[in-house]
Amino acid sequence: MTKPVKQIHLAAHFPGVNNTTVWSDPAAGSHIEFESFKHFAQTAERAKFDFVFLAEGLRLREQGGRIYDLDVVGRPDTFTVLAALAAVTERIGLTGTINSTFNEPYEVARQFASLDHLSEGRAAWNVVTSWDAFTGENFRRGGYLAEQDRYERAQTFLRTAWELFDSWDGYEILADKESGVFLSDPKAGTFEHHDRHFDIAGRFNVPTSPQERPVIFQAGDSDAGREFAASAADAIFGRHSQLEPGRAFYSDVKRRLPEYGRSSGDLLILPAATFVLGDTDAEAADLAVEVRRAQVSGQTAIKFLEQLWNRDLSAYDPDGPLPEIDPDLSGDSISKGRAADRLYRDRIAVANEYRAEAEAKKLSIRELMIEKTSRQSFIGSAETIATQIDELVQADAADGFILVPHITPGGLDAFADKVVPILQERGRFRADYEGTTLRDHLGLAAPGKDRHAEQPAVAAAGAVS
Amino acid sequence: MSPDPLLHLAVALDGAGWHPAAWREPDARPEELFRPGYWTRLVAEAEEGLLDFVTIEDSFGVQSADFNDVDDRVDQVRGRLDAVLVAARVAPVTERIGIVPTIVSTHTEPFHLSKAIASLDYAATGRAGLRVQISAKPYEFALVGRRTTEPVRIQDINTPEVQARIAEHFSEAADYIEVVRRLWDSWEDGAEIRDAATGRFIDRDKLHHIDFEGEWFDVRGPSITPRPPQGQPVVTALGHSTIPYQLIARAADVGFVTPHDREQARAIVEEIRAEQETAGRSSQNLHVFGDLVVFLDETQRAAEERRARLDDLAGQPYASDAHIFTGTPSELADLLADWRHAGLTGYRLRPATLPHDLEQITRRLVPELQARGLFRTAYEASTLRGHLGLPRPASRYAADSALAAL
Repeated sequence: MTKPVKQIHLAAHFPGVNNTTVWSDPAAGSHIEFESFKHFAQTAERAKFDFVFLAEGLRLREQGGRIYDLDVVGRPDTFTVLAALAAVTERIGLTGTINSTFNEPYEVARQFASLDHLSEGRAAWNVVTSWDAFTGENFRRGGYLAEQDRYERAQTFLRTAWELFDSWDGYEILADKESGVFLSDPKAGTFEHHDRHFDIAGRFNVPTSPQERPVIFQAGDSDAGREFAASAADAIFGRHSQLEPGRAFYSDVKRRLPEYGRSSGDLLILPAATFVLGDTDAEAADLAVEVRRAQVSGQTAIKFLEQLWNRDLSAYDPDGPLPEIDPDLSGDSISKGRAADRLYRDRIAVANEYRAEAEAKKLSIRELMIEKTSRQSFIGSAETIATQIDELVQADAADGFILVPHITPGGLDAFADKVVPILQERGRFRADYEGTTLRDHLGLAAPGKDRHAEQPAVAAAGAVS
Repeated sequence: MSPDPLLHLAVALDGAGWHPAAWREPDARPEELFRPGYWTRLVAEAEEGLLDFVTIEDSFGVQSADFNDVDDRVDQVRGRLDAVLVAARVAPVTERIGIVPTIVSTHTEPFHLSKAIASLDYAATGRAGLRVQISAKPYEFALVGRRTTEPVRIQDINTPEVQARIAEHFSEAADYIEVVRRLWDSWEDGAEIRDAATGRFIDRDKLHHIDFEGEWFDVRGPSITPRPPQGQPVVTALGHSTIPYQLIARAADVGFVTPHDREQARAIVEEIRAEQETAGRSSQNLHVFGDLVVFLDETQRAAEERRARLDDLAGQPYASDAHIFTGTPSELADLLADWRHAGLTGYRLRPATLPHDLEQITRRLVPELQARGLFRTAYEASTLRGHLGLPRPASRYAADSALAAL
């Protein structure tokens, strides 16, 4: 039996607050003016993408006790931008990252239900949790939970939000002027939730929205995170954009679905992916080198190295060899507010690997950091990139990709103009939207059938980061 | 503040209108209350009338005729969308009018709200504001479940115990506004430098921790959102007594008050101006707007009949904290012209029904005021602060940096 040809899903991540985004490029525009978001979302909609995606970070990053100033800094509020984008787009999905640690379920459920109404069924929520008291310093509740409790809180948060979305049945608003009955059910929106994280009850004040619940994204990569996604998410914002790691991740997550009564199409795997597009493969390869050099300046290379060494290395020459001095294991991390900070489990061992690699390949600090930090996922002509994407999707390394351009706001333009038409010609990507809601674009069923049955099973423990 | 020959006018949008039976009017569109087009049409109408701004009402919990508990009524509008999101949805499809959503300080995070209004100011290119509202309702506390509050019986409102509780809510609101405002200033203008030569995207000396410490929350900052186009979006609050008047006088740009005649208006304005002086803000512009519920028709009789018909449908006469005006747009213009001699600088009108009373305001009242030389004939500014004659302030932290640079 021949495997059916899969349709590709494509989405666009607004360029992030990190060194992937090249702000020094002459084509780089504002990261904060609404016009940039509008241009970006309208480009993605012109290309018939499934959705645009906004990340979130609730505290400006610091390093060595000072605000980090080498990357793009500053971004707007996720809900506000998405609601405003709903006014200047018609079909494209609007996915926002919203933290479950520094919010309350009632308010977040209200905001997503409102966004879904105001966008007429295009809202999605990437559920993340935060682990650092550093970010907590900006909030009433601060960093008041232990790390493992935050993960559990995130799951409970989502389950509670579902209870709120489901607290209306969808038919209560009669608004019958003649009889004077506005509401068919005097108790519409009634809910009650009591556990160790949330002790809430009352009436939810937003009636059922077009998608009933927003589409749920999850971004975790740990075993527990995968289990959570399998139990509760509609899509995974993944990190494995290459063939073998992608296939391994894909099959590992999808094999977990039957346990929750779900099938393969109920959970999409959508890794983030960067790209460098050229007229020819050779031109794209040259451009990719240039972009990497712009992304990892000498100063940035030293800052990256400091994050591993956990000490001030400003005296070192980025074009020189790696430090002989060892990482400092004594203090707190000098870098605050970065997702990657916690990844260095054994700083000495990693430093030794770095030194060995630099020596073997005769690399300077900057050259090594260009190698070690993420290079582009797709590099080539439009034909080449279209083929790479299609092959990865057909090989079940992904169901599609969330593209992260390195230029704001025009970094998606060439992809929309050159790569998308090729995928459309090949019959791998929609020529036009077929539905109106994000669930339609993603091929997801309405949650209706689950809504008033038992709450969906949720993995007992796990990360949602 | 220097006397302005022109009145300022705002409209308060709430569901189908302020009368509980408004949704049953022939021109009402109650089935569209949760659709974006409903709100964009209303705000576009207000913009046609050259109004300074619209406020968008909100409440943390479901609407209820009972202050302390959720009622189970089915004959009134129940349910509403988040006002900040409605404002954001409206912002890109309007051009001049100010957009002022209601926010509830008691149950939300000032950090989130500050960046939300800053972002609204970006989406609306300098037309954002907020109306701060407290929540003292036990059933709204239960939606968050972190704190509780006791019911308030209306006859106990003036007891020391209840007054102390209200004072606490307003004290929290004052801290909340202080944090929101500091966060707006936490990036100085020009902090984004994009200096390719030194590799720096920002001049971090122009970003500031706000280090607010208070009874209800500590907030470190800076904001994640750069300083909004207006620098400080417009802060508004509604008040009926001394405690909220103090918040208005100390922290707001526009206060909404509810006098029932000209003499009351004068007394309230005097009290607020005195508080403003005590707070050391007498040099700063502070608008005091009178709030009025309006039933407007071609003849006074038609307006009265409409009000009576709505009251019949509601099963009881309409009551309000604000003065209820029932009559013609021309008579309303007389009242507005008269009460401003008490020191009111503008009005926030609450249309009893939508879109009828809004259209009476924009198509009848506004031309009447224009003919009397009391209202603008075109927008002259592009920002909400501009409409209100409020200068764009420098960041409070800019002076510190300037000194440090000496």
